[in-house]
Amino acid sequence: MNGAQAMVKCLEMEGVKTVFGYPGVAICPFYDSILDSEIRTVLIRTEQNAAHAASGMARVTGQVGVCAVTSGPGATNLITGIATAFADSIPLVCITGQVNSELIGSDVFQEADITGAAESFVKYSYLVKNAEDIPRIFKEAFYIANTGRRGPVLIDVPIDVQNAPVKKFRYPEGDVVLRTYKPTVKGHAVQIKKVMAELEKAKRPVICAGGGVLLSGAEGMLREFSHKYQVPVVTTMMGIGAMQTEDELYFGMVGNNGAPCANRAMNDADMVIMVGARVADRAVNQPEIITRDKVLVHMDVDPAEIGKNAGPTIPLVGDARHIFEHMMQIEIECDHGLWLQTLYEYSQTMKETRRTRPEYIDPSEFIRRLSDRMERDAVYVADVGQNQIWSCRSCIVRDGKFLTSGGMGTMGYSIPAAMGAKLACPDRQVVAACGDGSFQMSMMELATMRQHDIPVKIIVIANGYLGMVREFQKNTYGGRYSVVELSGSPDLSKLAEAYGIRFIRVSERKEMDAAIDAFLRDDDAVLMECVIDPMDTVK
Amino acid sequence: MKKIYSVLVENRSGVLCKVAGLFSRRAFNIDSLVVGETDDPTVSCMTIVSSGNEHTLEQIEKQLNKKLDVIKVKTFEETESVSRELMLVKVKYNRNNRRDIMEISDVLKAQIVDMSKTQMMIQLCDVPERAQLFLKMLQSISIVEVARTGTVALQKCRDQEG
Repeated sequence: MNGAQAMVKCLEMEGVKTVFGYPGVAICPFYDSILDSEIRTVLIRTEQNAAHAASGMARVTGQVGVCAVTSGPGATNLITGIATAFADSIPLVCITGQVNSELIGSDVFQEADITGAAESFVKYSYLVKNAEDIPRIFKEAFYIANTGRRGPVLIDVPIDVQNAPVKKFRYPEGDVVLRTYKPTVKGHAVQIKKVMAELEKAKRPVICAGGGVLLSGAEGMLREFSHKYQVPVVTTMMGIGAMQTEDELYFGMVGNNGAPCANRAMNDADMVIMVGARVADRAVNQPEIITRDKVLVHMDVDPAEIGKNAGPTIPLVGDARHIFEHMMQIEIECDHGLWLQTLYEYSQTMKETRRTRPEYIDPSEFIRRLSDRMERDAVYVADVGQNQIWSCRSCIVRDGKFLTSGGMGTMGYSIPAAMGAKLACPDRQVVAACGDGSFQMSMMELATMRQHDIPVKIIVIANGYLGMVREFQKNTYGGRYSVVELSGSPDLSKLAEAYGIRFIRVSERKEMDAAIDAFLRDDDAVLMECVIDPMDTVK
Repeated sequence: MKKIYSVLVENRSGVLCKVAGLFSRRAFNIDSLVVGETDDPTVSCMTIVSSGNEHTLEQIEKQLNKKLDVIKVKTFEETESVSRELMLVKVKYNRNNRRDIMEISDVLKAQIVDMSKTQMMIQLCDVPERAQLFLKMLQSISIVEVARTGTVALQKCRDQEG
């Protein structure tokens, strides 16, 4: 057995089913060995998307997503994908080939110091120096990626290490013990008691759920908890789907692009329970608002997040699922009926003020109708731009998932992430929604969809602009539009035809329902262009 | 506000870079950073002195703890620790100032460790403030070059080591 065979064996031991990647000389031993394995390989069309596809897969399965690319430009192209996963705490193991160990540091062909370059975007990284270390390193990498605060782990393997003999392959059994890494899972009992005591006293409590709720698989517990104690819930962008969007206790997404009543709930609350959320600027623009005159409880598995952007009254380190389980065992008396009544009134009266001109399709309405007709457990992947904001506000999520690049806001995320999700769950409906800018950042993946028969449904909300930037320029630069016009875009019907993918265009309101039905009808790949008012805005 | 971080890390290549990178990425200050092996050859000890407001100093500790090569972080104020800095100063001397240099060295318990006909090298090992004072006293004399280790520190002895 050689190093490359050991790498593949490790992936098998970890139960990996699919590897996304792009080969090159430095990773060829690995791609040669994987031919003898059951593991499916998917040739993505650019390396960044390999990480996004692995991310999509990880987010629907809860297992580590894996991608493998070559050295030099392959590795550097991967960085944006790694950084995107890091910002959203998505567990990935990213394998890169590296030039011969002897040549490292001599600037040979396709050499890049990828462990150095990716350092601030990875949870941890390894440069493998000895093939015998491969089993230990892979075992650790998978453990690190998918415990504590999840994140990407990079393994850089020089080609000579892949070719070196491994005398005896032994995959480490049992738990990984690292003296430098001991994530806290269980919440501190005293702190939990304090939270429940505060909740009993609170008149106007609200839970703000972030991506951490989904990462720990705590959706069920959150829903149960909020109903048991009648606590209203809002989410951050990454937390969408933690509650069913139609739940009577759910009041929408917070933040500068969020629902007015969700923000009002945060402002008016006397107790805010932040769960698995970073309190970053887009969700909580002014952290002092959630700390002033309020009890702020901040639960997070990463102690460094607590107090980073807002000083909590009660810090609570641990995994959301464990903490909710523990909290539910404590009986308290509380009645928040009056508060809920106020919030219902807010949600009725505080509507969005934006209006689409009547001759055009309203993208929010379009997304609402589309998501309403999607299967209950469908996966909806929103890209970045105006389409993301419309999706966040209007997408109906029931038992499915809502995925998006919330932390980095990486354009082009939706199509590869949707492909990863579809490959992981072939029986579920998977829809990617992007704008015409973000679509063109990943449209090369239509070929991957064809080659590997991945029937993702794609919506392009087309306005001929980089709409989000244009809207910003309108509001901030008095309408001086700079480098935001997208003329020269391809005719999507011809593009779809070129790739042999079914195409639908919809531009009128009255055609909308029929188009959505046609779009969702079969389980095959469809590209739907939804033409909207070029000047439509999110605000 | 100043804080001293005594950070035990895995003694592996690249760890110094990761820790230093953390400070630059998050815009934390490094006043000084000293690294050396401990009694366990697999473990290095970094002594980092940093300054900033309370919030930043707390974040530094949390972010250090989060690094996967960091085994343990101890944080303490200067008053809770014994700290030392080693400094070598090379000065040019002549007949007129030679006595002054030797007197200053004598008062501050510095040693002359090397000499030529025109230069001498003085070694001082003391708390950081005294090292600073020594440098200040020598400033009127022509200093050729200075090398300082930065602060190394350990928490003061207690009967129960925690």
